[in-house]
Amino acid sequence: MERRLRLDDAPSPPTALSDRAIENVSFIRRTMEASGTFTSVSGAGVMAMGLLALVAAALTTRFPTPGGRIAVWSVAAVLSAAVSGYAIVRKARHRRESALSGPGRKFVLNFMPAIVAGVALTVALASAGLPELLPGTWLLLYGTGIVTGGAFSVRVVPAMGLAFMALGLVGLAIPSWGPGLMVAGFGGLHLAFGAVIAWRYGG
Amino acid sequence: MADRKRATARSMDSEEVVDGAGAQRLPAAAAGSMALDGLIHERVRLGIVSALLASGRLAFTELRQLLDTTDGNLSAHARKLEDAGYIRCRKSFAGRVPRTDYELTALGRSRLGEYVEHMEALIRMTRES
Repeated sequence: MERRLRLDDAPSPPTALSDRAIENVSFIRRTMEASGTFTSVSGAGVMAMGLLALVAAALTTRFPTPGGRIAVWSVAAVLSAAVSGYAIVRKARHRRESALSGPGRKFVLNFMPAIVAGVALTVALASAGLPELLPGTWLLLYGTGIVTGGAFSVRVVPAMGLAFMALGLVGLAIPSWGPGLMVAGFGGLHLAFGAVIAWRYGG
Repeated sequence: MADRKRATARSMDSEEVVDGAGAQRLPAAAAGSMALDGLIHERVRLGIVSALLASGRLAFTELRQLLDTTDGNLSAHARKLEDAGYIRCRKSFAGRVPRTDYELTALGRSRLGEYVEHMEALIRMTRES
């Protein structure tokens, strides 16, 4: 139970008044940090997103036009969100917690702006005839959302976001690598980090 | 309410400020008008209000797990905070399972802020003396 605190961990013996004050402030800080940690991210759900991405990547080879590939990835994104959301709710219920309690709500609120920005840029770049920039943009903004949302989650989550951001930057620098980076990011990173989350934090 | 009275009785408005062990004394004049909120000072209750400040809303089971305490202990301390108006309790059903959520009230937020200021003032005074 990574969120558990010890209530009897005050310095022993509690001598000076200032020491007790310092310990009380420290206890408040530790409690706030622990309670603000969103632990219901589902490793299985993240891995399922990775598998969906691999399927989507395979399907895009059958679509020669950018519009077709964008449609495939868009459907995959919606399905991934649904699968991940279901897995998070399921894990939270198993832990008898609420997926949208304080930390979960913060995760969503901090994750969504980057996703909204990603949708807007998808429309803008596709309309401007720059679809080759979409993989880098998607990876970068998805990673940004994971980092900001993951600030309230276990450490491996923002670490995954940083990895996505790195791939996104590469994708923007070398757009021709986009399809491969999509597989490596949405497929590979999800599978790898999902396995770590499932192994270390359950579910 | 009884706790509030006890807290007031324990507040640092006497001539000298003394901690529980009596290990260090500070002049009340230096402590100014600070009065220690005994209701929050208790460790479990301090944990409850701190956790709710960070999370906004937490379920009973989440608080119990976080603070590593028992149902009865958490329930008793939460009720004292609720009676004092520091936290708000919402009861509902998730399917057929009863669910209890807690939120920090404006009063509770204010009291915790004052408590932290109080602690920081004590630390400053000790370092200066």
